[in-house]
Amino acid sequence: MKTSITKKQWYLSGFVAFTCLVSTAAIAGPIENYAPVTQQRLENPEPGNWMLYRRTYDGQGYSPLDQINTSNVKNLTPVWTFATGVVEGHEAPPIVNNGVMFVATPMGQVIALNAKTGDEYWRYKRQLPDDLFQLHPTSRGVGLWEDKLYLATTDDHVVALDAKTGKVVWDTKVQDYKKGQYMTLMPLIVDGKVIVGGSGGEFGVRGYVAAFDAKDGKELWRTFTIPGEGEPGHDTWQGDDWKNGGGSAWMTGNYDKDTKTIYWGVGNAAPWPGEMHPGDNLYTSSVLALDPGTGKIKTYHQYHQNDSWDWDEVEAPMLIDLQRDGRNIKSLVHPGRDAIFWVLERTPTKINYVAGWPFVATDVWKGIDAESGKPIVDPDHKPVVGKRVEFCPSLWGGKDWPSAAYSQKTGLVYVPANENFCGGFTGEKIALKPGELWLGTKPEDIGLKAKPGADHFGELQAWDPATGKKVWQHNFPKSQLFGSVTATAGDLVFAGGTNDRNFRAFNAKTGELLWEQKTNSGIMGMPVSYEIDGTQYVAVQSGWGVDAQRIQDALATNNIGIESNVPQGGVIWVFALKK
Amino acid sequence: MARALSNTHCSSSETVAEPEADESTEQTRRAILLGALASTACLGCSTRAHAAEDPPGSDERPQRGDVLVFSEGDQEGKLVTAADLPAGGPPVHAWPKDPKTSVVRSASRLNEILIIRLDPAELDEQTKARAVDGILAYSAICSHAGCPVTAWVKSDAGDKEVFKCMCHNSEYDPRAGAQVVFGPAPRRLAALPLALADGALSVAGNFIGKVGGAQPG
Repeated sequence: MKTSITKKQWYLSGFVAFTCLVSTAAIAGPIENYAPVTQQRLENPEPGNWMLYRRTYDGQGYSPLDQINTSNVKNLTPVWTFATGVVEGHEAPPIVNNGVMFVATPMGQVIALNAKTGDEYWRYKRQLPDDLFQLHPTSRGVGLWEDKLYLATTDDHVVALDAKTGKVVWDTKVQDYKKGQYMTLMPLIVDGKVIVGGSGGEFGVRGYVAAFDAKDGKELWRTFTIPGEGEPGHDTWQGDDWKNGGGSAWMTGNYDKDTKTIYWGVGNAAPWPGEMHPGDNLYTSSVLALDPGTGKIKTYHQYHQNDSWDWDEVEAPMLIDLQRDGRNIKSLVHPGRDAIFWVLERTPTKINYVAGWPFVATDVWKGIDAESGKPIVDPDHKPVVGKRVEFCPSLWGGKDWPSAAYSQKTGLVYVPANENFCGGFTGEKIALKPGELWLGTKPEDIGLKAKPGADHFGELQAWDPATGKKVWQHNFPKSQLFGSVTATAGDLVFAGGTNDRNFRAFNAKTGELLWEQKTNSGIMGMPVSYEIDGTQYVAVQSGWGVDAQRIQDALATNNIGIESNVPQGGVIWVFALKK
Repeated sequence: MARALSNTHCSSSETVAEPEADESTEQTRRAILLGALASTACLGCSTRAHAAEDPPGSDERPQRGDVLVFSEGDQEGKLVTAADLPAGGPPVHAWPKDPKTSVVRSASRLNEILIIRLDPAELDEQTKARAVDGILAYSAICSHAGCPVTAWVKSDAGDKEVFKCMCHNSEYDPRAGAQVVFGPAPRRLAALPLALADGALSVAGNFIGKVGGAQPG
């Protein structure tokens, strides 16, 4: 026994020495002169940095940089790339803090890079469990606070890493992945609190938003998105439906720093057919206004009631100051998965319905009640048990989780939308088994159909939220559009999202396509822009997978001349103007 | 600019890339890990007991001599025999069971098995050589993201029925060693050798190939 231990120790020490030796040539770190992230910096980020999911707390996805603009974007060229070594959907924005870039990838990996040169500082690779059921193998990014960064993992932990070294500082288990609990979102950091929400609506979980102390990972509060017994809204559920009612909250929230309110999107009810969970089902398919200090629910707005279509409304609404109908409105703008472009008004105590209109064709809604803001359902297109029901748009909705953007210069909202897709399924009562998919239909019974004669699918739309008018639209004839968009002060809109592997820049005012670049894979990742030493860069991850790939496979079975052949594999692309 | 690594970085590398443990160490580590975590089920499998109630051996991979029991449906828990397998599919979902202790190895979702009977004339040579009376067994866990294979449907890429993982649309042809015929899966499903005696099925060896999804680095 003693000999065996000695042998192992010798082997281990030799292995470590070897690892250091081979790593020396490839690694630029550790990071020196790291700029600590403070609340003041997050609330007023320098124009050259991208430290939050959508750069600013209001979720607008807008960069004030304008060195790259409509007149010179044709000269945009790759300056460095970096292969992540991972397949599947790369959905995270490259996060940039004073020249340091942090990129999250599928499979629980974080890479720290020199944002100017692409040299690697360090990598963190989480050792995920062999038996993990990865329905959505992805990550949407890392949050920053002081000298640490924070990752929410698919095996349902929150991990704090030392920003300079990548070393784990703390690791907190949130819930049990074996019960269908997982996370893919980028944590929202507010006042030293790491705020996350859970995925797992497809497994019949009860959704929640929770906060952890950035210093030590201690849980500070947890607010369930489905009210329990004795809580307001519980009466919108019957019997024990609330215990497994879905309402997962799997996207990052936005924050109103003036009223100290976070706005968090909540997903659909579970299982899918509404007759299996009668009632309005608060707070599914809603936006919650929460106190970040306590998690207390201040108020809410439910976009649609008794969801039956898998229409998550998890993307948090953008906070935009609008002038509409002669008055200033502090608005919440949300192009919904339910096909409605929602304009709401946020007040300290209440969210008011202002306006809503379909931004893609839908046969589900007959209209919207002007007083309550509740959409009126056409029962012929609401899924039920025991009968196949078709509806438009498909279960991926008019716009899924990929983010829209708002330009403070043009006043327009840019929406990655999908038109001419319908779907359907046959509802079926299936017993819940923890850790198993629980959809209320057989997975193989889910359909996605292209409308006969459709001449396009993806649409990049530009809407004026003040007037409700569409200003321009760019159609993609042979592809869905499944990627977040970003606007810049150079009057540009950057977007990937198509099956032809292209990354594109559009004129934000007119919709004219000004530039495109073929990449290694399809782009689902969020474009960002940053500046170092006077040079503006645009960065994005290319790496196809997850739902973009699912839609692509469905397109391939529609006999419309589209194949399921988008290559996978992640690469970080960084562009600048040719010098 | 590249520079020498600090001690901190070396120690970080140490934790990330451990040398492979010997078999007994790995078994112990796995037993502790699985024992410490609550058990669960997978799509199409039966409900399982909590980890605290899992008997010894229930998380071990299939062992030579294990019998097979239905993991779902009306016959859940009953022995799977050759007579239970319709020619041409669909597959039966099963757990391995230790015949000596009667422990069903259902504490790990990685143990779920698909058993199917096919026309031997449809099998490629390598698969035919491994089949017993046209009966084959494969892991039910997709090699892509670890989702379960639940469907027996006509292929999106051909006219034959195939195993399908509905999570990400990967398809596997059981007639050709469960090789990937559609979707993002990087490799075939692991195969499980079977023995057949007097109509009774049993496990004849370890899984051939890696069970479960792909992992980076």
